[in-house]
Amino acid sequence: MWCWIRRQLGFDPPHQTETRTIYIANRFPQSGLYTPQKFIDNRIISSKSPECNSQPHILEPLVLPLPQENMFQYTVWNFVPKTLFEQFRRVANFYFLIIFLVQLMIDTPTSPITSGLPLFFVITVTAIKQGYEDWLRHNSDNEVNGAPVYVVRSGGLVKTRSKNVRVGDIVRVAKDEIFPADLVLLSSDRLDGSCHVTTASLDGETNLKTHVAVPETAVLQTVASLDTLEAVIECHQPEADLYRFTGQMMITQQLEEILRPLGPESLLLRGARLKNTKEIFGVAVYTGMETKMALNYKSKSQKRSAVEKSMNTFLIIYLIILIAEAIISTILKYSWQAEEKWDEPWYNQKTEHQRNSSKILRFISDFLAFLVLYNFIIPISLYVTVEMQKFLGSFFIGWDLDLYHEESDQKAQVNTSDLNEELGQVEYVFTDKTGTLTENEMQFRECSINGIKYQESNGRLVSEGPTPDSSEGPFYRNSLSHLNNLSHLTTSSSFGTSLENEIELIKKHDLFFKAVSLCHTVQISNVQTDGIGDGPWQSSLAPSQLEYYASSPDEKALVEAAARIGIVFIGNSEDTMEVKTLGKLERYKLLHVLEFDSDRRRMSVIVQAPSGEKFLFAKGAESSVLPKCIGGEIETTRIHVDEFALKGLRTLCIAYRQLTSKEYEDIDRRLFEARTALQQREEKLADVFQFIEKDLVLLGATAVEDRLQDKVPETIEALRMAGIKVWVLTGDKHETAVSVSLSCGHFHRTMNILELTNQKSDSECAEQLRQLARRIEEDHVIQHGLVVDGTSLSLALREHEKLFMDVCRNCSAVLCCRMAPLQKAKVIRLIKISPEKPITLAVGDGANDVSMIQEAHVGIGIMGKEGRQAARNSDYAIARFKFLSKLLFVHGHFYYIRIATLVQYFFYKNVCFITPQFLYQFYCLFSQQTLYDSVYLTLYNICFTSLPILVYSLLEQHIDPHILQNKPTLYRDISKNRQLSIKTFLYWTILGFSHAFIFFFGSCFLMGKDISLLGNGQMFGNWTFGTLVFTVMVITVTVKMALETHFWTWINHFVTWGSIIFYFVFSFFYGGILWPFLGSQNMYFVFIQLLSSGSAWFAIILMVVTCLFLDIVKKVFDRQLHPTNTEKAQLIKTNSSVKCLDSMCCFSEGEATCASVGRMLERVIGRCSPTHVSRLWSASDPFYTNDRSILTLSTMESSTC
Amino acid sequence: MAMNYNAKDEVDGGPPCAPGGAAKTRRPDNTAFKQQRLPAWQPILTAGTVLPTFFIIGLIFIPIGIGIFVTSNNIREIEIDYTGTDPSSPCSKCLSPDVTPCVCTINFTLEQSFEGNVFMYYGLSNFYQNHRRYVKSRDDSQLNGDPSALLNPSKECEPYRSNEDKPIAPCGAIANSMFNDTLELFLIGNESYPTLIPLKKKGIAWWTDKNVKFRNPPGGEPLEELFKGTTKPVNWVKPVYRLDSESDNNGFINEDFIVWMRTAALPTFRKLYRLIERKNDLHPTLPAGRYYLNITYNYPVHSFDGRKRMILSTISWMGGKNPFLGIAYIAVGSISFLLGVVLLVINHKYRNSSNTADITI
Repeated sequence: MWCWIRRQLGFDPPHQTETRTIYIANRFPQSGLYTPQKFIDNRIISSKSPECNSQPHILEPLVLPLPQENMFQYTVWNFVPKTLFEQFRRVANFYFLIIFLVQLMIDTPTSPITSGLPLFFVITVTAIKQGYEDWLRHNSDNEVNGAPVYVVRSGGLVKTRSKNVRVGDIVRVAKDEIFPADLVLLSSDRLDGSCHVTTASLDGETNLKTHVAVPETAVLQTVASLDTLEAVIECHQPEADLYRFTGQMMITQQLEEILRPLGPESLLLRGARLKNTKEIFGVAVYTGMETKMALNYKSKSQKRSAVEKSMNTFLIIYLIILIAEAIISTILKYSWQAEEKWDEPWYNQKTEHQRNSSKILRFISDFLAFLVLYNFIIPISLYVTVEMQKFLGSFFIGWDLDLYHEESDQKAQVNTSDLNEELGQVEYVFTDKTGTLTENEMQFRECSINGIKYQESNGRLVSEGPTPDSSEGPFYRNSLSHLNNLSHLTTSSSFGTSLENEIELIKKHDLFFKAVSLCHTVQISNVQTDGIGDGPWQSSLAPSQLEYYASSPDEKALVEAAARIGIVFIGNSEDTMEVKTLGKLERYKLLHVLEFDSDRRRMSVIVQAPSGEKFLFAKGAESSVLPKCIGGEIETTRIHVDEFALKGLRTLCIAYRQLTSKEYEDIDRRLFEARTALQQREEKLADVFQFIEKDLVLLGATAVEDRLQDKVPETIEALRMAGIKVWVLTGDKHETAVSVSLSCGHFHRTMNILELTNQKSDSECAEQLRQLARRIEEDHVIQHGLVVDGTSLSLALREHEKLFMDVCRNCSAVLCCRMAPLQKAKVIRLIKISPEKPITLAVGDGANDVSMIQEAHVGIGIMGKEGRQAARNSDYAIARFKFLSKLLFVHGHFYYIRIATLVQYFFYKNVCFITPQFLYQFYCLFSQQTLYDSVYLTLYNICFTSLPILVYSLLEQHIDPHILQNKPTLYRDISKNRQLSIKTFLYWTILGFSHAFIFFFGSCFLMGKDISLLGNGQMFGNWTFGTLVFTVMVITVTVKMALETHFWTWINHFVTWGSIIFYFVFSFFYGGILWPFLGSQNMYFVFIQLLSSGSAWFAIILMVVTCLFLDIVKKVFDRQLHPTNTEKAQLIKTNSSVKCLDSMCCFSEGEATCASVGRMLERVIGRCSPTHVSRLWSASDPFYTNDRSILTLSTMESSTC
Repeated sequence: MAMNYNAKDEVDGGPPCAPGGAAKTRRPDNTAFKQQRLPAWQPILTAGTVLPTFFIIGLIFIPIGIGIFVTSNNIREIEIDYTGTDPSSPCSKCLSPDVTPCVCTINFTLEQSFEGNVFMYYGLSNFYQNHRRYVKSRDDSQLNGDPSALLNPSKECEPYRSNEDKPIAPCGAIANSMFNDTLELFLIGNESYPTLIPLKKKGIAWWTDKNVKFRNPPGGEPLEELFKGTTKPVNWVKPVYRLDSESDNNGFINEDFIVWMRTAALPTFRKLYRLIERKNDLHPTLPAGRYYLNITYNYPVHSFDGRKRMILSTISWMGGKNPFLGIAYIAVGSISFLLGVVLLVINHKYRNSSNTADITI
């Protein structure tokens, strides 16, 4: 149904054939009845488009292609219908539309305007908001669409905008440029027609991928020769799978037609980047919204917050109340009407028409009329206010200076504002390690070469042995001895070796570092490559002059380290790699690169040394390299690797294999076959790699340090104090992960560390789990930490989910190592669906974290060094892990309190609003007479009571932010959606009802048996009565809001008192004139007459005071007898100096003076202290003393505060 | 790393465009609003702050309540039910519709004299003027003298819109059911014959209603001409232009009519009928003594179990006699005071515990 409408509205393109035919360079056949196919142009339109739920096959692309003539989602002509359509897809708006239509159709007590106008208002506001967001998107799209692109047209290279690229166009892309559309590779500057691309922004894989062109087109390397190409491509219609592409190219060459199959290896995806290749030519096959990148766009607002869910529950409860009230009223009406004297007294006859209408019809229409009368109990403006609150409120996160990271010039980024309050509800934090807890800034620290451990110091390798180097401080020795004690291992001492050994050693060294500097995919920026390497052996300057670019920071660190040691990688041109060893230039011929992939967890290169020998150098995780080794100091190295890992260093093993020319030929042939295979290329390649990477000789291992980020231990400790369970999910190996966990405070030494690792079979795993569960039970006094590795986890999750979850829930810290990206997401899903349904938050920085970021309730991206993938797919992006504490404890807390109060208040004020109407029915024979005038009914929610709550929900700070941040335990006060629990909801609802009773019966009693309230004896009518109730209500409801407000800025004062004043002014104005366009003049002078009565004034004051009295008494007694932590914290005086500086900053005139003060403050209280703190704290805090070994291994910078 | 921090700091401390000019910093503005540091008053509802408020409310409300209560008690009010359902009532004869016109007389005694202006009301019970069909059955344009609405009244007036193909003026159920009993008050003095108490029939409707909201159709001609083409409401005896002899109280601007047209909020209601103005300060307006009420009984209420009453009441600045407001004030004030005391005790008792280590969480 939806889809049909959508198609009519132009959302969906008409049905297409299964394949498309593309005439390269748009050379259409001259003959025959050819009608060119229509393809959409190369625009990216990132506006949201509704998904079609009824038809699953169109669910996949969430952003659907639009007809060609649409610029972006809203054009001038379709703005109104599309907005309306969009708006009424929401249940709430649809409900109000139905009410509106009912009002139009049947004779209802209120005019259609009463619901039509608010609906119009709500829709307008939402439409403006959406229009604005769309405009922003449109702007950023324009930037992408307007990027310059070179297209081959009529024999020349034409510069045009990206959006003008059409299917069939030949596009030229230069090195490091992004492909503007999905292209089929025609040729590159290489003879074999290959090129390298990185798809980091698409799938997060940072390695280089090789794509090849069809040999017939690969020779066409110039514009002119391309112009002669006559070929047709037949391929599938666009689909979202990045790795699937099938098609064929028909090339007409000298009247001969050659058919070539096309696979994913010839498709260059939009968004990928050309690497290592000067330029390529390709023909566009999918453009714009049909590119695989666009089809893979995920709509981000799929997540719904817990608050929204409880809001919906409340709505349903209110809907039930509404229907119940309507049914009660209808039934009572008919029981009253049974007697004719009530149904139709002589003074109030029905019309013939009314008398004759059918009973059932009358009954239904009566029911609907009551529904309409009470419909305001469902707050119409709730959704729009919540939306506004979220939208406007989210700006504060981006504006927060505390979330601004100066070094990287990054401020916090809000990608979806729907989840602000969810930040206050987090129970589980899942964090990635590398780049999230650590800086992802690799520093080469140690290595083990041929079974001897070395440490790098000032560009020199220092053997770790009994002779202390003078440059090393006591820390060094301490750590070493400590380490030895800890691991009960002795470092193999290679001291006192003979000369031959020495020479052998140097040779090994040489090979080791050559392997390091050759086996990688590091690029060099083409700056002055000469003049380097002339320096001495220990040229510490070299790395700073050579700029290395690497997809992985580990590789970069290694190559840099090799350069420092003296084996400088200078660059690769064509097929050679140049390495300068001790100032001597050596050229290695790069024969093959066996790319890294996450299954093999290693990469290798085959090079030909200047001497002609061919080597295979392999580098990879120890688990993937060591089993392949047949020579070298395997056992010692394994021990060393474990030691490195214990220190929290990331390790890689290096191995080599010398290839005889015969072997090489075999390899070369096999590789060629696999690479050019048309079917199952991946599998074949994997087989060949397996074949090649064997019989290796181990050279050694490297250890790279990844420094912890600022204040990570503090943040983790704070999270734990806030009752949040922290899980670290990492791909690192067990020992590394544990030691980093220890150093960042995730685990501490008093914890009982349980392990579930290396489980090979199901039953074994179950047994282990049971054992762990027993251990936890036996000893529940101390905290437990659990270590799980990927394989054990998948075993545990497969069969023993429940058991595993029981263990996990009882552990205060869980560490999952050796995790694959999808496993991360799976763990989160598991926690999410566990019986308690906790709110999860995932933090990560890399593309491998995207799946978990999207899986968790709240996904946080760290804007780190591994690209933008995580940040783009997250809900919030921050620069550093430590910002999490402010984000959760301050912003999350505030947003939660704000929105919770907002939701409760909305229901409350509508109960207050409608209950008197309901009660009035008992006095007017259930005749659906309204108590209030239509205008008041209309404006109550959109004018009189809307602003104070909106402002409250934007500005409220019930506790000082500094206290919130310093006392994470306060976070527990709002956990489990406490402010929106059924208990609080009931309280608010009952409060609403009791207030309504007070207004209504107070006014009733005031009137008594309808005595005069005026000094001149004149009488009031029903409208005055209603206005009295309404006036009391507006004041009470507004003042009730005032009571909830703890943070009174001038804006709050303005809107709170302004609302009341506005109500009075409006009523004077509205009642003071006979409005010519209004049918009835019921309200003429009613309000003024009411206010001229002294009793009315006294009654208003009395009723307002009585209403609020209940609430104040409850609040005060609660606070006095059972104060919550929050309430206690409210009484704490904030640190006056901080406050003072804060305000100084606000009011000092120049930003400059302010900035300096702020910086001073920062320096004093935190900024420059982390190094200090971490050290001090490691010495003083008993929990962490044991970790000194780890801490001391980190850089020893002296802070200069 | 520490070096880096400092270097950066120094760069940023200088002019904003220092690092090469190109680096436009994304640093958020340091304004009070954006940093959520607007100066604010942060009140907290604690026992300490609320206690005085409770006492103050108590201390203010109780005297006000007493004042209002006393004022209300000083108001004289007498209510006479003349429905005639009780067979002993003189008006019971009028219950049968045959007796027309039916005049009945009810005697009553004022124990105390009524000082100042006295207001005479009629009261109806079980009369649902607030029934929706009834409330909307009027045409305000017609009543405001709109000539087109006069001859073509609103559909809302159905079934009291037209009669015998002529539009009804004033149309609608409200107008049609206008109260039409006539009440006369006589004082039975020492003399043998009773004196008629002069009843003022002007000033009973809101000034704005009489002068703005209700208008006769425009034109200078006699009212009869202006209402030409219309017919009287079905239940009326006289057409609208014969409601009163005085021209400024006739037609739509007849005050009895205007008063009736202001629909009451509740099914038991009063409407102001006449004023008895104070003559001078020396004599009470209505001295204590015996009176009788002369009723021309036209208005049928027994079909819906209605009651009809005549009420005489004096008025204070705050209106008629209603002890509710005063009692409510006294009650709220006392409760407030009492809670203040309870709170004081609790506060005193718990002070020790709440002030100690409790706060440090």
